[in-house]
Amino acid sequence: MTDRTGGAATAVAPSPGDGGDGGRTARGPRRGSGRGRGTGRGPSFGARLRRDWQLLLMALPALVLLAVFHYAPTLGNVIAFQNYNPWDGVAGSPWVGFAQFERLFSDPRFWSAAGNTLTIAAVQLVFFFPIPIALAILLDSVLSPRLRLLLQSVVYMPHFFSWVLVVTLFQQILGGAGLFSQMLRQNGYAPLEIMSDPDAFLFVVTSQMIWKDAGWGTIIFLAALAAINPNLYESAAVDGAGRWRRMWHITLPGLRPVIILLLILKLGDILNVGFEQFFLQRDAFGSGVSEVLDTYIYHQTLVTGNFSAGAVAGLVKGVVGLVLILVANKMAHRMGENGIYRRA
Amino acid sequence: MSTLFKDRPVWAERPSLPSRLAKNTVLAGIAVVVVFPLYVVVLTSLSPASAVNAAGGLVLVPDGLSFQAYADLFGGGVVSRAVLVSLGVTLVGTLVSLGATILAAYGLSQPGSLWHRPILFAFLLTFLFAPGMIPLYLLVSDLGLIDSYWSLILPTAVNAFNLVVMRAFFMNLPGEISDSARVDGANEWTILTRLVLPMSKGVTAVIGLFYAVGYWNAFFNAILYINDNAKWPLQLVLRQYVQQGQQLSSNSVVGDAVQGTASAPNLAIQMAIVVVALVPVTFIYPLVQKHFTKGVIIGAVKG
Repeated sequence: MTDRTGGAATAVAPSPGDGGDGGRTARGPRRGSGRGRGTGRGPSFGARLRRDWQLLLMALPALVLLAVFHYAPTLGNVIAFQNYNPWDGVAGSPWVGFAQFERLFSDPRFWSAAGNTLTIAAVQLVFFFPIPIALAILLDSVLSPRLRLLLQSVVYMPHFFSWVLVVTLFQQILGGAGLFSQMLRQNGYAPLEIMSDPDAFLFVVTSQMIWKDAGWGTIIFLAALAAINPNLYESAAVDGAGRWRRMWHITLPGLRPVIILLLILKLGDILNVGFEQFFLQRDAFGSGVSEVLDTYIYHQTLVTGNFSAGAVAGLVKGVVGLVLILVANKMAHRMGENGIYRRA
Repeated sequence: MSTLFKDRPVWAERPSLPSRLAKNTVLAGIAVVVVFPLYVVVLTSLSPASAVNAAGGLVLVPDGLSFQAYADLFGGGVVSRAVLVSLGVTLVGTLVSLGATILAAYGLSQPGSLWHRPILFAFLLTFLFAPGMIPLYLLVSDLGLIDSYWSLILPTAVNAFNLVVMRAFFMNLPGEISDSARVDGANEWTILTRLVLPMSKGVTAVIGLFYAVGYWNAFFNAILYINDNAKWPLQLVLRQYVQQGQQLSSNSVVGDAVQGTASAPNLAIQMAIVVVALVPVTFIYPLVQKHFTKGVIIGAVKG
């Protein structure tokens, strides 16, 4: 669920000038060479099957997993149109048309969860999104390669910690029984309460996101920075442009395509703010602020046992999310970029 | 990752002292914000009861060294079992994921091969929609995988993004070597294992790390599919006993071996659980990290 966000964001990286890309051009002649793959009217189907059966067999395990754990459950969304009952199964449960949708749309908690999701996404966009850009520029300005590598290692690391771990660390440091509260209490002050104060919720979750993923987010911008032609900086400097002017007129325009693309893709992904971070802190902050669509679906179903209610919410979220992605890609194409898929 | 300049270019002015100070302060501050919580947690887990009691909570300044908390944790009990579960799931899961991903990535990497386009398309479509939590739950349940460790592995075994990255990497390898091996009568399996994989150690390490970290950190799947708390992976134990602060005094958490003997303070044991969850990631990650910087991932992705 959360994987997709990170994946899509990284998948659009521009090729940096360094490493890996050299072989790309060498692939051209290969089409005509070897076994004559891809040359016009290739060999017959039988001949291709005889030639490629090993390759197909290799793809099979992953394909079976994909069919069973992605496409089969996608079809399972039909229970959104039923009053699904686990004992009767899909075949035996009564069909109720759009009744589940009506129930969903009249549930104030659904709208509250949708509102919270959009709020969190908007706050992320304003307060999280610029930070990896700034951090990348800062890291890139460190001249010593060793120091830079060390700093990169440090800031990438929290990306690999689980949300349980990140939330736990925040509680231990900033929570009501945490380190700062303990110091405040020992000096006669009231302990911190931000880890359970609904008004501080957006601040806390955004800080957690920044702590965990801002460093990792720099990778794509560092690659884009490395792709900027150094001669531009030199000529600008010779023409008398200072440090800040060079950043404004060369660095930022150089990053612009990546920034625009990531922004657009982020728009296509606003309903996926993640599950675990909010699930874990729902009790501390209350569901009023922390319930997002995914946690709503979870609590609708696995707590109350109403599978169709959860499925219908998931289906609505999925369909709206799909539309958003398609629109976002359309926008990316308009601006001359490849989205998560290319122009046909 | 190459940066723009290895040294300060001759035309660039040397930044003023205040701006250098400001920059270094900010960088040092960032490093401290990342490292400080880890320092406190590790230190507290290694502190003797006297130090924890004197500090009244987390320990900031080292005062003695004690491995009592770890001895308690690994004396058998919930945490020992959870560590074994997590290690097992991570090991088996990573092997399954990496195997299926490498095979499929190679199988789909030969230009013009039969059906590779529609199959690839089927994988790429997963970027556009997820099946949804509830239908997936019902499927896993229908397959009888509730409370089975396979429920932590199979539903997330193949990640389409990792597959695409790996496939792009394979496609960037010079094709002439494989072609000449084919002419010499090598089959695809031989080409993959003898020629392609030895040239792909970096990308395999990175993708393997992504999968392994995913399995080690798995929380969502376990919440959904594992009801039997004897089968809990480490992250659920971490949540219950540390994040939710459930008391550790019950003899289930620390091993029976330490019952009745002097055991470490509650907080030190909690922090030791955090460290146990933290350590594998922080140790494996630097081994693989150099491959990120070579642009394996990013350079590979445009296909």
